[in-house]
Amino acid sequence: MSGTPLSSMLLMLVASIIGSFGAVLLKLGAGELNKGFWHILNIKLAAGVVVYLVSWYFFVLGIRHGELSVLYPMVSLGYIWTLLWARLFFREAFTRQKFLGLALILLGVFFVGLGSK
Amino acid sequence: MNRTAANPQETEAARRRSVLMVFGCTVLGAAAQIFMKLGANHLAHPGLIGMVTNLPLLSGLVLYGLSTVLLVLALKDGELSLLYPVIALTYVWVTVLSLLLLHDKPDPYKLAGIAIIVIGVSVLGWRGKK
Repeated sequence: MSGTPLSSMLLMLVASIIGSFGAVLLKLGAGELNKGFWHILNIKLAAGVVVYLVSWYFFVLGIRHGELSVLYPMVSLGYIWTLLWARLFFREAFTRQKFLGLALILLGVFFVGLGSK
Repeated sequence: MNRTAANPQETEAARRRSVLMVFGCTVLGAAAQIFMKLGANHLAHPGLIGMVTNLPLLSGLVLYGLSTVLLVLALKDGELSLLYPVIALTYVWVTVLSLLLLHDKPDPYKLAGIAIIVIGVSVLGWRGKK
């Protein structure tokens, strides 16, 4: 923990938040595919990819300094933000199944982080 | 619950197909991560120019592109909140690939972690009661 600068953690947090909006744009853009596969080239997906690139840029900057065991699991915070946006923007239900699955996954990622040197 | 639910069997098949596509997405994503790790290790210049001239980093990005296409296809019919955390399977493949290819020593925390992730994904993949 001590070997990880706060700035790196902030970069990872920012990357996870930006990335979660990328997921929202992907979901929005995916709806266009109902008109046919080549509608995969649409503005929402393009925007989603750009947002992911921005997130990726913060991610690469973030993992350059500090301990992977702290920084790596922070990316998975994006799953939490995405759960919130899915409810807010797409009216997807909160279910016990989703909470349990997500909690286990976050716990697992935390352990993977503990083992990363 | 599902707006597109015409008949339950069709919905269940579509859901399973979506989960399988995200599964494929994570395999490609894991390969992408290994390339990006190689690239980040050899990042001479931290700026944008240094990143776009870094071949392993770019290869990783292309693989990410392919995995994104699979994710989008999955999201067409599936719930974002259900499918998105499944991407954590990427951690499982990266850990297993590192053990096999890079001869990492098996770490008890990592092994426990990927086991818990697999259980978590199984919970999400389980047929919901609605």
